[in-house]
Amino acid sequence: MVDKCLSLREAIAEYVHDGMSVAIEGFTAFICFAAGHEIIRQRRRDLTLIRMTPDLIYDQMVAAGTARKLVFSYLGNPGVGPLHCLRRAIENGVPTPLEIEEYSHYGMVGRYIAGATHLPFFPLQSYFGSDMPVVNEQIKFIESPYGNGSVALVPPLTPDVAIIHAQRADRKGNTQLWGLLGVQKEVAFAAKKVIVVVEELVEEAVIRSDPNRTLIPGLIVNAVVQVPYGAYPSYVQGYYDRDNVFYLAWDALSRDEKRTQAWLEEWVYNVKDHAEYLRKLGSETLERIRPGSAAAPAIEYGAYE
Amino acid sequence: MSYKNSANGAEYQPDEIMIVAAARALEKARTVFVGVGLPNIACNLARHTVAPDLELIYESGIYGANPARLPLSIGDPTLVTGALSVIPMADLFGLYLQGGLVEVALVGGAQIDRFGNLNTSVIGSYTHPDIRLPGSGGACEIAINAQRIFIIMHLKKRAFVEKLDFLTSPGHLHGSDTRRKSGMMGAGPELIITDKALFNFENEEREMQLTSLQPGVTLEQVYAEIGWNVKLAGTITEAPAPASHELRLVRALRAGKLPA
Repeated sequence: MVDKCLSLREAIAEYVHDGMSVAIEGFTAFICFAAGHEIIRQRRRDLTLIRMTPDLIYDQMVAAGTARKLVFSYLGNPGVGPLHCLRRAIENGVPTPLEIEEYSHYGMVGRYIAGATHLPFFPLQSYFGSDMPVVNEQIKFIESPYGNGSVALVPPLTPDVAIIHAQRADRKGNTQLWGLLGVQKEVAFAAKKVIVVVEELVEEAVIRSDPNRTLIPGLIVNAVVQVPYGAYPSYVQGYYDRDNVFYLAWDALSRDEKRTQAWLEEWVYNVKDHAEYLRKLGSETLERIRPGSAAAPAIEYGAYE
Repeated sequence: MSYKNSANGAEYQPDEIMIVAAARALEKARTVFVGVGLPNIACNLARHTVAPDLELIYESGIYGANPARLPLSIGDPTLVTGALSVIPMADLFGLYLQGGLVEVALVGGAQIDRFGNLNTSVIGSYTHPDIRLPGSGGACEIAINAQRIFIIMHLKKRAFVEKLDFLTSPGHLHGSDTRRKSGMMGAGPELIITDKALFNFENEEREMQLTSLQPGVTLEQVYAEIGWNVKLAGTITEAPAPASHELRLVRALRAGKLPA
């Protein structure tokens, strides 16, 4: 049997190299902080970071000096405020200048779809009259060859590596995810390599018992890593809630470059891995973000023999 | 500054009058695209008051949310549990929004001009911004494809400007029929809700015009917060003050408690 299981350290060492383009996706949910922190620990440089909503993870990765460029569509700490490290990088070049390439949400979604399906571009009803195409010449317009109006275009996007967090997968990488679906499927199919990080490793029989829930097939997965709470402080539907206390704390501490670097030192560089990070956080934190139960009843697929 | 309702003596904050006005404007609406912040509260209030059949759509990929707490963000897990449908963002923007199924979208911005064009990208120049703002998110395509746009913003001189630093999401572009000619599907901005006054675009130029003042607000206070000579509608009315049951609900929502 193909066993794609690696430790997170091994997976990052093998698949994420200096200068690559990396997409850690997951819209507000399923954001793989564990992988982002491991990339910081392994001191990768000159990455092109791709994410619709950079969120705290790219704020941290840019503050740590891993990135040369950011491709994105919404730059905010969701529900809280701005991302201060990214603002420092863009407004003042601190700690290093950061090139940006900016789209709208649907533009990013379309770029992944074009990348995944080998289309030369993705057409969408957006950007009319906006200044976005003025500052990003990758966004273009064409007249429809069918004579029924003009349409905006965005180019394909094929990240070198996509990192996706989910509830569970088998050892071949067949991955099941429920909750906000975001663009995880699209980015996984668009990327050249895929690392899947999961809360639970399960037998293939578990996957086969509920095939409608499989978002990403093992066919396109290169590495499977089990990291419980790997999306903390973001959340995994049904497993844990977002730690909003941390999102608020980051808003305060990340305003100051020195405090940011001290936080990275204490919570990323000076911890061995995500398990140690969780031990340092303490069980009260994990207890605080445990959701109540809202289970869906099992459904009947039927046996057809 | 806080306001007082002369009819019932209730005191309320500028935010609260905006939330209540936005919720009232959603009467009879079937679907609404919900943004972060005040729109989030307004849409949830509408569901509990004037629009019980309103389905909440969040750009994170939710149709028909039924949140058990006030969502911390548009990607809160409480929006998933109990929703009618959870959908990939490709389908949310493609089938729902571009498919024309979003009736109203509530949006805001850091700057707005007289034609309802919005800036959520930068203050200053794009390449060397004084303040880097979040950017579009889904706002650009929402402004283009939703059937009707309601804008909700505090009336401030630094926000209501003669010229935007950056046009992120189109309103009526240069006014008159420039929006329609550009091929946009939705009708564009219809209403602006602020803490001091309400505006619409019901004139040939498709230019924002004052229609009502919030209770106790004077015309001069409105003029002082707009960076151009704002148009006035034929008659200017006083907007109805928030009722006490609306204020109770707003405060419960903001405290994170949703009425059953």
